[in-house]
Amino acid sequence: MKQFTSNPFYKFILFPIGQILVFALGASLVLSLFTVLLAFIFRSAMTEFDLVERVLLILPQVVINGLTIGFVYSTIALGYTMVYGVLEFINFSHSEIFMVGGIVGVELMAYFDHTGALQTMNQYVIIALAIILGMVISGSLAVTVERIAYKPLRGAPRLVPLISAIGMSFFLQDAVRLILSLTTGEFNVILPSFGTFDEFLVLAVPGIATPLRFQIKSILLVGVTVVMLVGLNYLVNGTKVGKAIRAVAQDRPSASLMGINVNMIISVTFLIGGALGGAAGVLFALKATKLDPFVGFFPGLKAFTAAVLGGIGNLTGALLGGLILGLLESFSASYLSTFTNGAFGAEYKDIFAFAILILVLIFRPSGLLGQTVGQKA
Amino acid sequence: MNKRLLALLSVLVLASMVLAACGTPAATEAPAAEAPAATEAPAAATEAPAAAAAMGTIKIATQSPLSGGQSLLGVAIKQGAELALEQLSGDLTAMGYDVQLAPYDDQATPDVGVANAKNIVADSEILCGVGHLNSGVMIPSSEEYHTAGLAFISPANTNPVVTTRGYLEVNRVVGRDDVQAPAAEEYAFSTLGAKSVYIIHDKTAYGQGVAEFFRAAAEEDGITVVDFVGTEETANFDAIIAPLVASAPDVVFFAGIYNQAGVFFKQAREAGFEGTFLGTDGMDSSDLADLAGDALTTGGGMAYTTVAGPASAYPKAAQFVTDYTAKFGAAPEAYATQAYDSMGVCLTAIKAAAEAAGGMPTRAQVAEAIRAVSYEGLTSTIAFDEIGDLPLAKYFIIKVNASTKDAWGTNEIIDSFDLPSPGK
Repeated sequence: MKQFTSNPFYKFILFPIGQILVFALGASLVLSLFTVLLAFIFRSAMTEFDLVERVLLILPQVVINGLTIGFVYSTIALGYTMVYGVLEFINFSHSEIFMVGGIVGVELMAYFDHTGALQTMNQYVIIALAIILGMVISGSLAVTVERIAYKPLRGAPRLVPLISAIGMSFFLQDAVRLILSLTTGEFNVILPSFGTFDEFLVLAVPGIATPLRFQIKSILLVGVTVVMLVGLNYLVNGTKVGKAIRAVAQDRPSASLMGINVNMIISVTFLIGGALGGAAGVLFALKATKLDPFVGFFPGLKAFTAAVLGGIGNLTGALLGGLILGLLESFSASYLSTFTNGAFGAEYKDIFAFAILILVLIFRPSGLLGQTVGQKA
Repeated sequence: MNKRLLALLSVLVLASMVLAACGTPAATEAPAAEAPAATEAPAAATEAPAAAAAMGTIKIATQSPLSGGQSLLGVAIKQGAELALEQLSGDLTAMGYDVQLAPYDDQATPDVGVANAKNIVADSEILCGVGHLNSGVMIPSSEEYHTAGLAFISPANTNPVVTTRGYLEVNRVVGRDDVQAPAAEEYAFSTLGAKSVYIIHDKTAYGQGVAEFFRAAAEEDGITVVDFVGTEETANFDAIIAPLVASAPDVVFFAGIYNQAGVFFKQAREAGFEGTFLGTDGMDSSDLADLAGDALTTGGGMAYTTVAGPASAYPKAAQFVTDYTAKFGAAPEAYATQAYDSMGVCLTAIKAAAEAAGGMPTRAQVAEAIRAVSYEGLTSTIAFDEIGDLPLAKYFIIKVNASTKDAWGTNEIIDSFDLPSPGK
């Protein structure tokens, strides 16, 4: 058994994928059961329609939507949580790094569209190129931001780099807005349509009335995200750099005494977090088809919430938190109107998600998977 | 190290000053802060060497979103007004006045609109204004205009509250939502034969207002209102679309602006909605076709009502279209013709007030003159009633045939009618 569990294939591929599957299925199941239970309880209150039937009709689609956006939130949350783990500092400009990656990816695809290559090249190659470019640009931007705005404030009281991060976030939003207005003159960056991404894979499952529809771009999104998560897990747990990152996160002075170049490791952390955010940006752009300089704000805020929900500083926590938040958002947006008979509409979905966050933090302040770390001496 | 920092800082400051001065529309490059956005625009206006006119300077302000997601329509308003100023201010210039345009960017945001409004009323040379695009921005900003007695003519605001407050200073050259929304509902009921409708609005004063009027009219006619949803979401509408597609309504009525609607239509059509999309005048923009693509022409298609038809719908506007395209390099979008007429009314009223006063008129005199004037505009003969509405306004129902931005001109006007204003 020990040989099996220490087998690298198991450790770095099977286990993480299994973990993701367990989280995704587990969270979906819990929320679905809870919703159906509520539907049964309130069934008698709704006279015009059968609440249970309504709920079950769109349940599979709601779960699919929730998981899709949940994976995006997880990927962005990883950026927040990695930086917090290493520096105990919340990088509020991460949402703009996510936005820049997305815009760069879309502009690349627009360039291909302009030169006509969009129709001739393999669509997956184009997406891969866009994701790689997004990762490179976002990663470098994150490292630059760290050098300019956070490193000089390394010794300052905790609030100061936080404010610097918020300021950097505003600066990046308007810098991108300025660049866009000077180059394209448009506020919106629209994804050119190409390939089969908008099509659906229809799966008729016996027992479910409406066939399940999986949009190709959602499948791609989840697939790429899972690959990145597995890759990140291997990087952090199976390589020397990962070991160094974990060492710096655990105890910075000792790590530097052990011969680890702490500054470089911190830059590498920002690079990885930024690259993940950039990839998430391109995938989000694929889904949303239209980006603007302020598109990073809300997903970034929600991803940060997801990281806190799962236990900030903990990578698995970011994954779980993202999935839960995505599912919560999808469930509340789709079901609130049905359950309250029109009184509360989809616009209150965020209240629901954040209320859950507050509840979790009241009863478990370190988040779902976080450990209560004692005061560092 | 300190000297280097100082040097770097001064270079950055210099660079930003150069950028601000060299940019074309100074208003669009200003960072999000309201104060710089407002102060850079009048700087652009007064940068043009003001030939010391014998009788003084008259400025006419415009406020519309010149940057941001709705800028296509906002810029059209500014440019329509600009063309009118160029072509129609001859009489005033002959009287010895120097007439200038003072454009402001309200970014479709109420806070920015009010901040700009304060700056506008503080500039004593501004005697009249044309704007806004969004009712939600016009309503709070017009409180400022009313306090200062500065008259504003709106080329695009349709929410009834804009004029039902009864301010002397607020006028509009277009119709109202309490007539437009029932017209849309009538189209859905009679022409489309819809039995169920799903209403979505964008939670602004305009969107929610239109949606409420539509819902009231639909319930009167017996159409089932499946759901009434408000959303500020701009990117991912999955969660709203899931119950929508499951309930399969005949018509989806979206009360909002094109930049949000376009993305929604695309995603809804992809998710399997087969019915018709219905909208109101916020949809009238070629960017909608850019964003939604063939979601507008497949399935049940898309139609919208509007209070400002395309320039081609007005027989007198042919020359305007030619001049506008020659000056700005693109065909006029919706509301450009209305902005042209609004500026025309402003100029005519200022001229009448100046003649009556025998010199530079006051803002109150201009406001009175606007209410007294009867102006032959490109869109219609404009004479305001006692609250600033047109007694009879034109409404159009337009079917969308375009799935790309360039084809927007192929939309056809299915119907157009003149309806009276409901008054207070």
